[in-house]
Amino acid sequence: MLNNLQELYNVIPLLIIGGGILISLIIEMYFKKSETILPWFTILILLAAGFHALFNVYTIATAFQNMLAVGGGVSIFYFIFTIGAAIVVMLSIDYIKKYGTYYGEYYILIQTSVLGMMLMAGAKDLFVIFLGLELMSVSFYALAGLNRKKLKANEAALKYFLLGAFATGFIVYGIALIYGTVQSTSIDMISSRFSELISNKLFDAGILLFLIGFSFKIAAFPFHMWVPDVYEGSPSTVAGLFSTGGKAAAFSAIIVSLGILFTGRIGNIFTPYLSAIAVFSMVFGSIVAIAQDNIKRMLAYSSIAHAGYMIIGLASGNPLGVSGVIFYLTAYTFMNLAAFGVVALIEGREEANLSLKSYSGLASRSPLLAALLSIVMFSLAGIPPFAGFFGKYYVFIAAVKSNLTWLAIIGVLSSVISVYFYLRVVVLMYFKDSETELTLEKSNTGLFAVIVSVAVVIAIGVAPGSVIGLIAHFF
Amino acid sequence: MLYNYLISFLLAVPLVGALLILLIKKDKDDLVRYFGLFISVAAFVVSLIIYFGYDAARGGFQLNEKYMWISNLHISYSVGIDGISLLLVLLTTFLTPLTLLSSWKSITKNVKGFTFFMLLLEVGMLGVFVSLDLFLFYIFWEAMLIPMYFIIGIWGGPRRVYASVKFFLFTMFGSLLMLVAIIWIGVYASGTLGHFSSDLIELYGIGPTIQYNIQLWMFLAFALSFAIKVPIFPLHTWLPDAHVEAPTAGSVILAGVLLKMGTYGLLRFCLPLFPQAALYFAPYISVLAIIGIIYGALVAMVQKDMKKLVAYSSVAHLGFVVLGIFALTQESMQGAVIQMVNHGLSTGALFLLVGVVYDRMHTRLIAEYGGIAKIVPVFAVFLMIASLSSIGLPGLNGFVGEFLILLGTFKSPVLDSWWYAGFAASGVIFAAVYLLWMYQRVVFGEVKNPKVNELKDMNKREVFILSAIFVFVIWIGVYPSTFLKVSESSTQKVIEQVLNIQNNGAK
Repeated sequence: MLNNLQELYNVIPLLIIGGGILISLIIEMYFKKSETILPWFTILILLAAGFHALFNVYTIATAFQNMLAVGGGVSIFYFIFTIGAAIVVMLSIDYIKKYGTYYGEYYILIQTSVLGMMLMAGAKDLFVIFLGLELMSVSFYALAGLNRKKLKANEAALKYFLLGAFATGFIVYGIALIYGTVQSTSIDMISSRFSELISNKLFDAGILLFLIGFSFKIAAFPFHMWVPDVYEGSPSTVAGLFSTGGKAAAFSAIIVSLGILFTGRIGNIFTPYLSAIAVFSMVFGSIVAIAQDNIKRMLAYSSIAHAGYMIIGLASGNPLGVSGVIFYLTAYTFMNLAAFGVVALIEGREEANLSLKSYSGLASRSPLLAALLSIVMFSLAGIPPFAGFFGKYYVFIAAVKSNLTWLAIIGVLSSVISVYFYLRVVVLMYFKDSETELTLEKSNTGLFAVIVSVAVVIAIGVAPGSVIGLIAHFF
Repeated sequence: MLYNYLISFLLAVPLVGALLILLIKKDKDDLVRYFGLFISVAAFVVSLIIYFGYDAARGGFQLNEKYMWISNLHISYSVGIDGISLLLVLLTTFLTPLTLLSSWKSITKNVKGFTFFMLLLEVGMLGVFVSLDLFLFYIFWEAMLIPMYFIIGIWGGPRRVYASVKFFLFTMFGSLLMLVAIIWIGVYASGTLGHFSSDLIELYGIGPTIQYNIQLWMFLAFALSFAIKVPIFPLHTWLPDAHVEAPTAGSVILAGVLLKMGTYGLLRFCLPLFPQAALYFAPYISVLAIIGIIYGALVAMVQKDMKKLVAYSSVAHLGFVVLGIFALTQESMQGAVIQMVNHGLSTGALFLLVGVVYDRMHTRLIAEYGGIAKIVPVFAVFLMIASLSSIGLPGLNGFVGEFLILLGTFKSPVLDSWWYAGFAASGVIFAAVYLLWMYQRVVFGEVKNPKVNELKDMNKREVFILSAIFVFVIWIGVYPSTFLKVSESSTQKVIEQVLNIQNNGAK
């Protein structure tokens, strides 16, 4: 009995979110003021779940007949998902009014997507991963097409759905092949027999399909085609969630299911595949981003490039690489949400002010926003002393450790390319005069969310040791 | 008690000052100016205390502080100072208040932002010179780009955007390859030490054990980054753009301190960490340095713009410094260190003087001037002193540095040929040609441009700034041993670190 209580206590984050979804549905249905209550309620349950996970990070256990893992790395992922989503909700409060249409589902869908992410990160069984993936993805498709009257939003939703479903097909096929060779979908079972199974070509094919499917979700080249269109068509806040929570969830699924590959105990035979998509994602993302005029599309290509840097950590196949990826994801979540946050604050009605040109002269009109966005851009470009730099630093160390120095060199070279387009935003804001009049609608909660994110970016940059120490403790 | 934390205190003064400036209201320009000046003078005072406390006879790194920063990678906040970095720290803290003073009237747009970035820049530069951990060093090295980028980009000339982005990308390109090298050496060190390391003192022992052919690559990765910063020919193309477009204060700091970070890096990291590679590359880099000396001088000669002329003269002067470092003799190395300071003073003075007339005439073209000796006599005298100091007239600072470098190069066993010194010496003559010719065209002759007649002579503030610099110009020229003895044992140590390996290798 006591054991069950402990188990129940351990899965509280999931229960909070699950219960939150049900209560939110009721609030949505029965309260006239649901538009004001719902976001704050959502933030409350997300924070509660996130901090519960963080405070119990050292309680490592399993739950539900070995179907879910709790504590350790899983808790860290829970924290990233929930805090990220909470920031998105804060940004949304004023944004969604500006965006034109408010639907109560919006905040509920964010919660269901977070629940999906958490299932992916905590999975001990391939089916749980699949369950979580679908829960997250379906919520995402709906969020992308939230404004059904807008053509671009419809396009984004449909494109995301079709390609996403296609990717899921890969994953399911991969799971089927893995099951066919292992006769089990339990991750523990797979891990324990990994070194013997690795010689089975069918098993390898299954893993490869599984990886390819998730390459879609993490927006890696050549499975990135949906990214720019979906980011552009979706509400900016939601695009922020796709690029942070969605990406982190996909990485968490790879790390929990194929964790054995990244411990360094057996050789990582997928290093060539991972290295290749890392290189192409970094270089392609950085180069194509230069040509973008729309800031959301630019951030989309930047997100492809960042997926590449993170994959370096996986390709290295050592524990340092995994902790590097998780650190990178933490840093990336805050900086990208801050970036999308500023975009959401500046975006006008009817999707105005999304072109890069509308950022010119921002420093003189809104010095605070310009300063915040500059810090984010420097951080995304990987310039110390901000969080983004340390993310890159850790994955590069992992790469060098695994004798993949060439991968680190390509990584730094593509960072130089990426500096160009990140700096262009700063150039426009500080060195150019404004071309068009820009009326900013005030959003205190949105601004607060951005300030918090930037503060975290700086804090992680100045004291990365505690974060990396916590993460490395579990890998 | 506080004495042990002096270096951290030195870094904290401008950093805290910069943050405090953010709290001042935007329209209170004068308050910002005075406060910025006060902070930078305070930093200078702190560095003077460090100077008087430094035991030059003992040498080595002193006032060391070390605290674990990122424990699971063994990265620490580790700072300390030796004779070489001490001089450069003094140069930095000396020039910063002067540049702030020089932009008292010329910077009117967003004074708050300007002072903020100048102080932040000072933190970055000081950090580079005092870091004893490769990782910490890299952070300062990169972070310093941000304020400089804004200073050029916001307060610069017409092509400032191009210049600032070019400056940023060039530097970033070099330094990121250095980052990979820093990581590589850290991972390599874990083989011997049992943990990842970026501690410079530890790595001094490990660097020379790296396999020869890998060492060559490591050396190149570091040297590329520093060579871009110095800049060594043919990586100098960002420099004229950045110098010309930057505001006067930016140019002075850029020439006075930022370029020294490159030569300092060569001295502090490239040579002792990769001695065999340094010996291998010494002749090649020396040749590039000499090409830089002659090329810089020839290009300077044909410039129409005064600021560009001074900028190219930097390429030539820094060529001397690099040559002095890679000649690897006690004389040349000390000459190189003192020449770093000299160049900071004399080129800084030249940029300030160009700034003085530019503020009044809003043109830097030599052809627009002429015959101003009678109109602005004080300016003419000051420009004369600055030019002569830059040329290397005996009795002024430039002579000491160049003489020591040429002497050391001449008898250098590493280069082992008098051709190097021979060609480099021609640079001194060229310097006289382009600077005196410019002087003649600007100051003497007939008045061709009627606007020149309304030129006002230097005011008290400007006279004070330049006089402060000239005190040291003459001091170093007449009695250089005050400064030479500070760096003596430190340069000696660098040479030993490199040459001992050679001797051990020969056995």
